[in-house]
Amino acid sequence: MEKTINNDEINQEVLYERQESIGNRKKSSMDVKKIKKEIIPYLFILPNLVAFAIFFMVPAILSMYFSLTNYDGLFEIDFVGLKNYQRIMGNKQFWVILGQTFKYVFTLVPILYCVSLGLALIVIQNIKFKGLIRGMFYWPVMISSIVVGVIWKWIFGDALGIVNYILESVGSSGIPWLTTDSFAFIAVIIATIWSRAGFFMVIFIGGLNSINESYYEAAKIDGASPWKRFTKVTLPLIKPTSVLVIMLSCIEAFKVYPLVLSLTGGGPGRATTYLVQFIYQTGFVKTEVGYASAMSIVLFVVVLVFSSIQFKLGKGGEI
Amino acid sequence: MMVKSKNLTIMLNLLALATAAMFFFPTFWIIMSTLKSSSELFSFPLTLFPKKIVLTNFMNVLKNDNFMLYFKNSAFISVTATIITVGINCLAGFAFAKYRFKGRDIIFMALLSATMLPTEAIMNSSFSVIQKLGLYNSLWGAILPTVATPTGVFIMRQFFMEVPDSLLEAARIDGASEFEIFRKIMFPLAKPVVAALTVFSFMWRWNDFIWPLISLSDPKKFTIPLIIANYAGELSIDWSSLLAASVISMIPVLGVFLLFQNYFIKGIAGTGSKE
Repeated sequence: MEKTINNDEINQEVLYERQESIGNRKKSSMDVKKIKKEIIPYLFILPNLVAFAIFFMVPAILSMYFSLTNYDGLFEIDFVGLKNYQRIMGNKQFWVILGQTFKYVFTLVPILYCVSLGLALIVIQNIKFKGLIRGMFYWPVMISSIVVGVIWKWIFGDALGIVNYILESVGSSGIPWLTTDSFAFIAVIIATIWSRAGFFMVIFIGGLNSINESYYEAAKIDGASPWKRFTKVTLPLIKPTSVLVIMLSCIEAFKVYPLVLSLTGGGPGRATTYLVQFIYQTGFVKTEVGYASAMSIVLFVVVLVFSSIQFKLGKGGEI
Repeated sequence: MMVKSKNLTIMLNLLALATAAMFFFPTFWIIMSTLKSSSELFSFPLTLFPKKIVLTNFMNVLKNDNFMLYFKNSAFISVTATIITVGINCLAGFAFAKYRFKGRDIIFMALLSATMLPTEAIMNSSFSVIQKLGLYNSLWGAILPTVATPTGVFIMRQFFMEVPDSLLEAARIDGASEFEIFRKIMFPLAKPVVAALTVFSFMWRWNDFIWPLISLSDPKKFTIPLIIANYAGELSIDWSSLLAASVISMIPVLGVFLLFQNYFIKGIAGTGSKE
């Protein structure tokens, strides 16, 4: 008995001592731990942040700087102020290209909107082979834009294209799709819609599915026709989705390039050359980097306007 | 808005099938065209199906040493970029969701705002950066600029925000280090989202045109989209090779699509398909 008590007492003492030293150690290790703890999240974001800074931030700032210089991509780099922007103002070709780009965007976006909404309305019904049909609508989204261009170039071929073959076999004459300005434009629009409708369909499906079925029931009881139900119930309720789709498709459309490159090459002449291709030609082919950078800033501002509209309007409703 | 009447249902089914057929036709048509011999390809009348199925067009493309090189380049760029993208996006998304640190929200907003900055608008200056870093004409020049995908960080952050903090606390009490928590608990938890990001990232890189275009000049380093664009831009196009190369380029994408169809058609596809 005695022994045990003694032992206990000794143990107690040892324990106190230990605790004291642990307490001291704890203080210093707490500091290290605290610092460590504070650094850890930065370490986690570091790789992403470094890549982001080097390949987004630096080029973004450089672009602005280049746009104020006469940089030729090699040696010459002098500050020229707003000269490049003045040159853009006076460059008729640039305005033609910009006008064409706007025409492309504003023709494409309404059609794309209707087609993708239409597809979404079809596939949310209880139809047979639903998954397969959705898949078929979505599949073109997966194909690279370059290949999309090739596919439609083959379909719209003057002599060997299947569209002209069908037209000729029903007695009408073939259409020089890719060699006349207006038909090349139509071909580009069709190819773009084919390759993007599935993507926006998916966004619409989300919007349509979030509508409570009871609204339709109520409208039905009130005797609303299907068309009325669509315009008075569906459309107002998917407004946030619509805004998202319109803005995203505008932004995308302003950046069109690879698809057109392989479909028409920007031709005939420059009839289907849009802003990005023009910037590429100016910056990389003619190596007028400063001038091309100023054009890039114009593109950036245009895209920014649409992004901020989307951001502002999108906040109004859950998407 | 559900349609309920019976006649309408039949009509709707027909409409759906017809539209789907229309959407599938272009893909179908080039596949059929590549299975035709080159003499049949250019002879009238056109037929929907090849009279005789031949694989020579594919064989010719595959036998071409250069094409295998382009395929390898594309595969290397896509796989490497995807691994890096998923790794660093996942880490960053986790940190943004689960830690409080100075500047967190500002940094996150800065990252997100990059989605408004079109790659196409900075291609000239990106080229200069790639050149200065000695990455020009290296496959890494087409890989590294793409890895800090803001969308990827965003998706991962959204996911980790749903994970309860108590899980982290429990692991901390068990003595796990923060990195262990990430590696052993968080990353495995995020598997479905990681899988989705992997699939999307692979697609983006495989189909990418702009970055390889500005960073690669040696034809030996070209990717498939680059070479297809070159073929398509030639004055007299070798259609049988061009179409066969295009179809081959779609095969990996088709595989990915069939395996992960749900990722694309449901849920996160809305946020995921735009880089």
